[in-house]
Amino acid sequence: MRYLPLSSGDRAAMLEKIGVDSVDALFVDVPQLARRTGTVDLPKVAGELEVEAQLTAFAEQNVSPAKVPFFVGAGAYRHHIPATVDHIIQRSEFLTSYTPYQPEIAQGTLQVLFEFQSQVARLTGMPVANASLYDGSTAAAESVLMATRVTKRNKAVLSGGLHPHYRETVETLAHAVGIETEACAVAVDDEADVLKHIDANTACVVVQTPNVFGTATDVSEIAKAAQAAGALLIVVVTEVMSLGLLKSPGEMGADVVAVEGQSIGVPLSYGGPYVGLFAAKEKYLRQLPGRLCGETVDADGERGFVLTLSTREQHIRRDKATSNICTNSGLCALAFSIHMSLLGQEGLKRVAKINYAKAHKAKDELVAAGFDIVTPRFFNEFTVKLPVAALPVVEALAAKNVLGGVPFARLQDAPGFENHLIVAVTETVSDGDIATLVSALKEVAR
Amino acid sequence: MNAESPKMNTVGRPSAPELAVETTSFKSLLGGRGLLQSEKLIFEKDDYSRTGVDFADIEIDAADLDGLLRDDLSLPGLTEPEAMRHYVRLSQKNHAIDLALYPLGSCTMKHNPRLNEKMARLPGLGDIHPLQPVSTVQGALALMDSLSHWLKTLTGMPAVAITPKAGAHGELCGLLTIKAAHEAKGQGHRRTVLVPTSAHGTNPATAAFVGYTVKEVAQTADGRVDVADLASKLGPDVAAIMVTNPNTCGLFERDVVEIARLTHEAGAYFYCDGANFNAIVGRVRPGDLGVDAMHINLHKTFSTPHGGGGPGAGPVVLSEALAPYAPKPWVVAGTAGFEMLEHDEGASSANFGRMCAFQGQMGMFIRALTYMLSHGADGLKQVAEDAVLNANYIKASLQDLMSVPFPDGPCMHEALFDDRWLEGTDVTTLDFAKAMIDEGFHPMTMYFPLVVHGAMLIEPTETESKDELDGFIAVLRALAGAAKAGDVARFKGAPYLAPAKRLDETRAARAPRLTYS
Amino acid sequence: MKFTKDHEWVEVTGNEAFVGITAYAAEALGDVVFVEVPDVGKTLKKGDSFAVVESVKAASDVYAPVSGEVIEANTDLSGAPETINAVPEAGGWIAKIKLSDVAELDALMDRAAYEDYLSTL
Repeated sequence: MRYLPLSSGDRAAMLEKIGVDSVDALFVDVPQLARRTGTVDLPKVAGELEVEAQLTAFAEQNVSPAKVPFFVGAGAYRHHIPATVDHIIQRSEFLTSYTPYQPEIAQGTLQVLFEFQSQVARLTGMPVANASLYDGSTAAAESVLMATRVTKRNKAVLSGGLHPHYRETVETLAHAVGIETEACAVAVDDEADVLKHIDANTACVVVQTPNVFGTATDVSEIAKAAQAAGALLIVVVTEVMSLGLLKSPGEMGADVVAVEGQSIGVPLSYGGPYVGLFAAKEKYLRQLPGRLCGETVDADGERGFVLTLSTREQHIRRDKATSNICTNSGLCALAFSIHMSLLGQEGLKRVAKINYAKAHKAKDELVAAGFDIVTPRFFNEFTVKLPVAALPVVEALAAKNVLGGVPFARLQDAPGFENHLIVAVTETVSDGDIATLVSALKEVAR
Repeated sequence: MNAESPKMNTVGRPSAPELAVETTSFKSLLGGRGLLQSEKLIFEKDDYSRTGVDFADIEIDAADLDGLLRDDLSLPGLTEPEAMRHYVRLSQKNHAIDLALYPLGSCTMKHNPRLNEKMARLPGLGDIHPLQPVSTVQGALALMDSLSHWLKTLTGMPAVAITPKAGAHGELCGLLTIKAAHEAKGQGHRRTVLVPTSAHGTNPATAAFVGYTVKEVAQTADGRVDVADLASKLGPDVAAIMVTNPNTCGLFERDVVEIARLTHEAGAYFYCDGANFNAIVGRVRPGDLGVDAMHINLHKTFSTPHGGGGPGAGPVVLSEALAPYAPKPWVVAGTAGFEMLEHDEGASSANFGRMCAFQGQMGMFIRALTYMLSHGADGLKQVAEDAVLNANYIKASLQDLMSVPFPDGPCMHEALFDDRWLEGTDVTTLDFAKAMIDEGFHPMTMYFPLVVHGAMLIEPTETESKDELDGFIAVLRALAGAAKAGDVARFKGAPYLAPAKRLDETRAARAPRLTYS
Repeated sequence: MKFTKDHEWVEVTGNEAFVGITAYAAEALGDVVFVEVPDVGKTLKKGDSFAVVESVKAASDVYAPVSGEVIEANTDLSGAPETINAVPEAGGWIAKIKLSDVAELDALMDRAAYEDYLSTL
């Protein structure tokens, strides 16, 4: 077996040293009824050649986005990732190390995390950020939990533009820990509706910009009104690239920001692993969930980095921890940080503008073809209200080798939204792709 | 020799070290450390205008975003060569499995096969979108179904919830499934979860997090759950027991069948923390032991890379009784291929909710399945046997020098030592571990489990050769000898040879500085 | 000064009392890095957790040794948590409490009894 270095000679010598005559003697504590002779009913050892063939067979049954005009978004986005990113994250020292519990031999990972936190803080316009969470949806859920801790109130109001999967993730976690939630009616352009649901028990309002329909919103006034009522404003961002063009949540007054960072550095990979970005105002620093990396010095006075404030974490506080999170999304945070470094402010602005321009070109062409675009202001994603139900339309488009977007009905059964198709247009889309989408839609959605 | 005819070749030069030069206290002129370059933060570059991507700088007329555009973006950029230098220099300050034994007990730091990485990047797997029409991702659903089949067969359990994103997330999923099942049967009043004192910190953290009262169960002198104490604490208020098996002392819970029987008799569920599944994979099926739910850390047993702290993946296998309450989405085999149930519909209508936005850690599923297919049933059984053999070999090779808290009988995949043998040496467990760094090894897990004083938990895994183990054992024996011989400075100042000296964690925590400014 | 088995101390003047953690507790926790002090006005029952003291590797709740209302909190600790290590039984006080039941003090240990108790640990 190519991954197992012990030879049968080694095994015999080691058993002798241990003082037993067979490996079965080492499993003596296993109850008789659970001891198995032979192997479980699964295939036997296989070489690289065979395994590669099996995995390739799975891959070939899927339609790769690289092969077709591709407009699928709604919380995960296809962007170009520089080759350097994947090369660096596969270096042994990053790929095969673990959580930096021994800072003396993990300064590489730790400095990366410090840089990552700094990048996230600047991108979101917030003073502090953590070292990543599982993904944007779990970051949103953790932000609600944090809001109830700091306000000592127990209700969260969720906007009608919040991604339905995020809403469900927040609801599941919130209800599990006894927090009430109130969801506003689904709306293309009404993030401010959350304000009508604030009461004396409201810990936070959760809004999303750009929201699930693509609508970008200036949440400054929502921030002021929520804070005046003693509630925190949580801003969710599912398309992190939008922050290259749009005002940051921090500038608009957010208290906490929960972001899906996948668009920068992380491949689509059918939904995971992704990377949750979590940033907040300075005063909440000791309430942040997840791991934190902090600057310090070593015994020689040299700058160094350590995991810090770990007493909030499960392995010390146990049943009094701020959250039960253990692992974060380290390698995806590294990928994000490398891609972000390669972009820099200049590259990010440029690619953001290209996204904006392509999406608006697609919108213009669809409008010219007679389609109804319901999103008033957007970055790289907008919603078409089709004359017919959207679910069968995307299937018909797929049959024509066009992956044309996400029907809102795929995410949530909401009366009045059956015909809404969410269309994402990134820098990876060509003018020809747009023309193909428009002509295919004209055929199948009439 | 004749000066007119210089026949002798004079281009030779010294080619062996000059023995007279003392090299140990050498200091470079400007603080350099040879290959180990110091590296500034990217934010300390004086010019943020560079970029490592070539996108056109187009003009846009963003009329619809009037008042919404930002002008405060301040992020450093690196060209590709600068980025390569920066990250490669940083990488060289990390220890890694690929460099040497990484014996972190309960973390299962085994070799990460590179075929897994290659497969996760295949076009059609690594690049597909979670919301593509289901007809265009039949291969992805088939792969998830295949992974589920392997997990179910290896554990002897009938169902698996695949979406949890890490071990702790899996624990949360398991407890929420249990909570939903109790509520559905009018047993929502059960508010207590029993956890042995030796449990992972995540167990009580997760139970308390979802509102359960945590009660500890005592441990016996031989490092197992005290069944009598458990029996006395089980009752109509108990929702579940969370037991790690093999436990965190590296021992198999001999009475596990009795634990399951008592738990079920009291109307509670048996949650097993599967962090240590590597010790029994392919040899023992938790389903045969009476387990109702168990998360499996794919990044431990099935070797998806630890990546400097994630991403992990923590699917949860479930018994028949718990399966209906598993979170959505569900993959089901229909007449015309695989379907995905994403709403509260059909078989999934009793689900307790949703753990995350999409279908879980697909990238990890691909790697784990590749690992399983490579090993096969026979290879996985050998994995467990070699992991246990390696741990017992370490224990047998060190127990004359280092004290073992539970000396009777074999250990499973990890060898546990305590600090009684360091009494009187002035060397602590921490000092001993830091001195291992100077000898080229990552320290073992320290001060865990909490039930053992000054614990040192060593998990070698099956991917270490006997040569590597012998080298590691020789180092530990030499260090133990030095500690007992009073060579205290070797330990107190350690590590001397690492990229950094011991760091001031107090300073970091008193005035936290989490971002560059 | 009176003491509890959870290593809190109380110093009473009239019906008001300063409370903090003992030198023994401060030593056991290690370098204190953060103290979460209670809000002024909070009503405490004897035994309630009313503050948290954190070091790098440990965190501990602090339990009210007596019942009453918090009338002052030592907010200086937020900028100088090390005061708890330096002078735990003086400048490292955590809160000032207006006692609601002076009789509760009778149940606490005096210094000699506390030191006897420490010698048994």
